[in-house]
Amino acid sequence: MTHGLHSSSVRRRHVPRENVRTVRFGLLAAFALSFAMPVEADSLLPPAEYADQQLSDPRQEAEAKALMETVRCLVCQGQSIADSDADMAGDMRALIRRRIEAGEKPEDIRRWLVERYGNWVTYDPPLEPVTWPLLLAPILFLAGGAWLARKRFRRRRR
Amino acid sequence: MKRLVLWAPLAVFAIFLAVVAIGLYAPSDRVIRSQMIGRPLPAFALPEALPGRRAVSSRDFATGQPRVLNIFASWCVPCIAEAPLLLDLKARGVPIDAVAIRDRPQDIARFLARWGDPYRNIGLDADSRVQLSIGSSGVPETFVIDGEGIIRHQHIGAITEGDIDEILAAYEAAR
Repeated sequence: MTHGLHSSSVRRRHVPRENVRTVRFGLLAAFALSFAMPVEADSLLPPAEYADQQLSDPRQEAEAKALMETVRCLVCQGQSIADSDADMAGDMRALIRRRIEAGEKPEDIRRWLVERYGNWVTYDPPLEPVTWPLLLAPILFLAGGAWLARKRFRRRRR
Repeated sequence: MKRLVLWAPLAVFAIFLAVVAIGLYAPSDRVIRSQMIGRPLPAFALPEALPGRRAVSSRDFATGQPRVLNIFASWCVPCIAEAPLLLDLKARGVPIDAVAIRDRPQDIARFLARWGDPYRNIGLDADSRVQLSIGSSGVPETFVIDGEGIIRHQHIGAITEGDIDEILAAYEAAR
């Protein structure tokens, strides 16, 4: 595990309150947990309204769901918030459903999130100079491959 | 020329391998920084986290004096580790407001009684709304907000002794 993962995973772990007897134990637990694999369970609060509850309007719910599937979870990086059980992902789902219900457009919500977390947060990156290679590379590779193979085609034909 | 072209696929493959190797061995940076640095604190007004204790609202900022905003939770273990350092910052005259994420008043009270209370005002962010609006991606995080209400600095993770100078410098710079 890398150092970055340590620091990011340790600050979201939950240890039952009764286990934390002294500062020393707390620090020890934090240290020990930095080697633990990510586990769920953070806050004692129940999930936010709309975290796991669908919107009553199926069209709005479909919009919200489509957006959730392309928004990246901040805690469990590599999952979309639709797939994640993390508290924060639940809060993000609730935020999206609340805003969709209020009539906001999915792309405006995505922009709002990107403004705060950068393009990192979206699985649907916009076309920007940085992301050009993503779309251009396959075309370039295909073109390069065709160019490399062009003589073979010609030879075969003769 | 022909020989060169013959070697091209291997060269491309070698480049590919090199990229993969670098990606595998370089320590990956999984910290997601807020993009809100240099931008005004979004408007919010949180409910009080403890009975009788002033809550936090965005109107408390932009009053001419910089302030520190600490994102914490009673269920967050590293928050215990940073508690003494926040007390240290408070002792140096840094005003610290707190946003308690997904928390309950009784738990917050117990946490502060046990690990010390470095805070001026505490707001309760039960559904992480304020946390998301300022681009914070976990607990604990610490923001420095200048006298005009502009977010100037973000510290991600627990504050350690080595971070005190960095936070004090950001606080001084925000004056």
